Amino acid sequence: MATEGRLRVKTLVMVCAMVVCANAGDLMLKRAMLQIGAVQLSEPGIAHAFRMTVSSGTLWVGIFFLCGFMLSYMTVLSWADYSYVMPAGAFGYALLTFFAVVFLHEAVSPRRWVGVVLICVGVLLVGQTKPRTTPVAREALA
Amino acid sequence: MHVALFLSFLIFGSTGGEIAITRGMKATGEPERLRPKEMLQFLGRALCNGWFWAGVPLMALSFYALLVLLSWEPISFVIPASALSYVVGTFGAKYILGEEVSTARWAGVVLVCAGVALVALG
Repeated sequence: MATEGRLRVKTLVMVCAMVVCANAGDLMLKRAMLQIGAVQLSEPGIAHAFRMTVSSGTLWVGIFFLCGFMLSYMTVLSWADYSYVMPAGAFGYALLTFFAVVFLHEAVSPRRWVGVVLICVGVLLVGQTKPRTTPVAREALA
Repeated sequence: MHVALFLSFLIFGSTGGEIAITRGMKATGEPERLRPKEMLQFLGRALCNGWFWAGVPLMALSFYALLVLLSWEPISFVIPASALSYVVGTFGAKYILGEEVSTARWAGVVLVCAGVALVALG
C-alpha cells in the first residue's frame, strides 16, 4: 500500500515537471516559428528555414525546455504506464487556462471552460487507475 | 492534402516514437534515486537501449511535422487535430505494450482528447 502511494506521488511529481517543461517549450517554439515565418516546401525554402531555426535563440530556449520534458518523460515511463502518463500530461492545457485568467486576466470563452472541465475530469479518471499495470525491470544494476 | 499528410506524420510519428521509447525505458528500469549521479547512470543505460534509438527518429519526424504545421496553420487547429494522438496512443499502449486499459482509463482518455480539442479551439 505504501509502495502504491509512493508510486503515485513520484509519478505526480514527474508529470508536473513534464507539464511545466512541455508548455514552456511549446510556447517558445511557437514564438520562434512566428519570427521565422511560413516554411516553403522547396529545396531553398527548407534550407532557409533550417538556417533560420538553427540560429534562432528563442528556438534553442524552447529546445532546452523540451529536453527537460524529455528527461522527466523518460524517467516516469521507466515505472509508469504510457496510457497513464500520456493523458495526465494534458493537464497542462487546463493549467495554462487557469494561469491566463489569474495572472493575465484574459477572458476565457465558455467553450474553453468546458474543455478545461473535460480535461480535469479525464485526468482524475485516469489518475484513479493503477499507474503501473505491466511488469517493470528493477534498477538494471541490481 | 499536405496538411493531412503532415498531421499523420505528427500523430503516428509521436505515438510510434513514444511507444518505442516506453518499451526502452521499461527495459532500462527506473533510477534508484532522483539525484544527479543516479540520473546520469539512468540516462546512460537508456541511451544504450535499441528501442530508445528506434523511437528517436520517429519523434524527430513528428517534431519536424509540428514545426511545419505551426508555420502553416494556427495553433488552434494544430493542437486540437493532434489531440487524436491520445486515442491512437492508448490503442498502441493496449495492443503493442500490453498495458491494461480499464474502462475508467478509456473514458478519461476520450474526455482528455475532447477537452484538449475544445481548449485549443478557444
